[in-house]
Amino acid sequence: MSDPVASPTPFPAAGNISDAEREDLRRHGILMTSLEELHNWGRSNSIWPLQFGLACCAIEMIAAATARFDIARFGAEIFRPSPRQADLMIVSGTVTKKMAPQVIRLWNQMPEPKYCIAMGACAISGGPFKQGYNVLKGIDRFIPVDIYIPGCPPRPEALLNGLIQLQKQIKAEQLTGPNAARFTRPEEPSEFPIPAYGAHDLVPTKNDAVWAPPTPEAKA
Amino acid sequence: MNPFTPSAPAPFASAPGPTVRAVHDEFHGDLLEVSMGPQHPSTHGVFRMVATLDGEQLVKLKPVFGYLHRNHEKIAENTTYLGSMPYTDRLDYLCSMSTNWAYALAVEKLAGQAVPERAQYLRIIMAELTRLVNHSCLVGFLFNDLGTSFTPLLYAFREREKIIDLFEALSGSRMMCNYQRFGGCRVDPTPEWLAAAQQLVDNFPRFLDEYERMLTGNEIMLARTQGVGRLDATHAINAGITGPVLRASGVDYDLRKVDAYGFYAQFDFRVPLGAHGDTYDRYMMRILEMRESVKILQQAFKRLPAGPIMDPKAKLRGFRPKAGEAYGRLEGPKGELGFFLISDGSPNPYRYRVRPPSLINLTLLEEMCLGHTIADAVVILGSIDIVLGEVDR
Repeated sequence: MSDPVASPTPFPAAGNISDAEREDLRRHGILMTSLEELHNWGRSNSIWPLQFGLACCAIEMIAAATARFDIARFGAEIFRPSPRQADLMIVSGTVTKKMAPQVIRLWNQMPEPKYCIAMGACAISGGPFKQGYNVLKGIDRFIPVDIYIPGCPPRPEALLNGLIQLQKQIKAEQLTGPNAARFTRPEEPSEFPIPAYGAHDLVPTKNDAVWAPPTPEAKA
Repeated sequence: MNPFTPSAPAPFASAPGPTVRAVHDEFHGDLLEVSMGPQHPSTHGVFRMVATLDGEQLVKLKPVFGYLHRNHEKIAENTTYLGSMPYTDRLDYLCSMSTNWAYALAVEKLAGQAVPERAQYLRIIMAELTRLVNHSCLVGFLFNDLGTSFTPLLYAFREREKIIDLFEALSGSRMMCNYQRFGGCRVDPTPEWLAAAQQLVDNFPRFLDEYERMLTGNEIMLARTQGVGRLDATHAINAGITGPVLRASGVDYDLRKVDAYGFYAQFDFRVPLGAHGDTYDRYMMRILEMRESVKILQQAFKRLPAGPIMDPKAKLRGFRPKAGEAYGRLEGPKGELGFFLISDGSPNPYRYRVRPPSLINLTLLEEMCLGHTIADAVVILGSIDIVLGEVDR
């Protein structure tokens, strides 16, 4: 980046101003920001999660909302029972094959921009119940997951950390340009096909557009 | 009708009263079918009720289970006896300690395993602390269903965190304690832990008083719960209902007294009984049971003997009980929690079956709800106290 002091233009664009200069201006009572930053700042600090618990992790999710951990400090205390009003889906617990179509339907009903946290080992990979015949081995087989929080169940602090990571992700989003966020691009899907609860397994068993089985690493 | 005046006792559901009319009546408008769940704001997990409504009144209610069927029994039949102990934590995830104990009881019965005295006392301490967690949270959830929007739950979780901290200090995990072993317990609490637990128990009645001052006499609460969801003793016994729901209907049946498993015979406590079997009685049952639990805990702390916490003959590795079968049960916070095991002499059980109190207590949900409004159905469900990990397993 060119040094703005040496720049020939007297009024550099906001994007070209350095952090040190911006800090200097702030000391003089002048706030400089871009619309993008303001937009992301507002959105990252008012995430409304979907009030939706699946299993054990839901109890820790409730614990994160209560006084000791107080998720309200991060602006995410408004748990909405309706997916139409929610920004964030916390998949908190084991997703069984009977429940998976409903989870994906809820995800489809949420308006963009929306984010998904897979909370706990079960939501990530099936966890301790992976060998069960009725357990989906990770919700990321059907919907895109932004943050994975390991643990069985994760502590409420871990959920808060996941939320902070998500906030960082939202703050780094761009609204325009080639690296614009997913929700700004109309060609990106917002709804995902809902699998059927078949006789033996979900039909289909995974969404190929979202998930591919990991390829084993070649031995060095 | 003014919803804030206490209604007359609703007609008992099994004998259709005047408010429940025939389903196929073309002169009274259409019936509406509402599918509640598996995602809904009442905090009881992935449970679905397909309710048929006449106006606001329920004429039919079909529960749909299985959204959390995690193959617990099949997994346990394919793993060792000790290997399924952590899975029992996830069965009833609000009270892992007493679920552990129920499973340990069944295996100890199967293997003829003795348990040292100190471990018996520790088990009682853990089980009663778990009962405090469960009942205080349940009351919070029940009031959530009544529309208090989280406030009582905040008080309940404040107390829960204190107890959960103790569990974490002892077992290493907040919720999934995995504490009991066949023939004893895993960790011996330090004197500091015992002092902290004692202090918590001594302060607990203060919390209960505070809780009751807020909730018990509340006018809205009385209007919404008295006479709602009545269950008479005969029906409850016939359906195999146990725990606080049964005792709210006036049946004196508490396994701590009936079976006197563990060392409960040596403790002085009373079994609270309800008179009406309605939602209000089921709520009061929880509050009174917590007060009795505090009494049990204080006696246990006073008498806790020194000694080993594991039976020296107990075998953890290569554990193979003789062929046979055993049923171990205890009075869990939700009712009779039992494990039925068949051993064929191999390291894993041939058959492993859980008797879940939540599922069996749910069987009369429709009977309790019929004739009431849809809003009452949520409250009645809340008062039964289910946990879906146990219902679906």
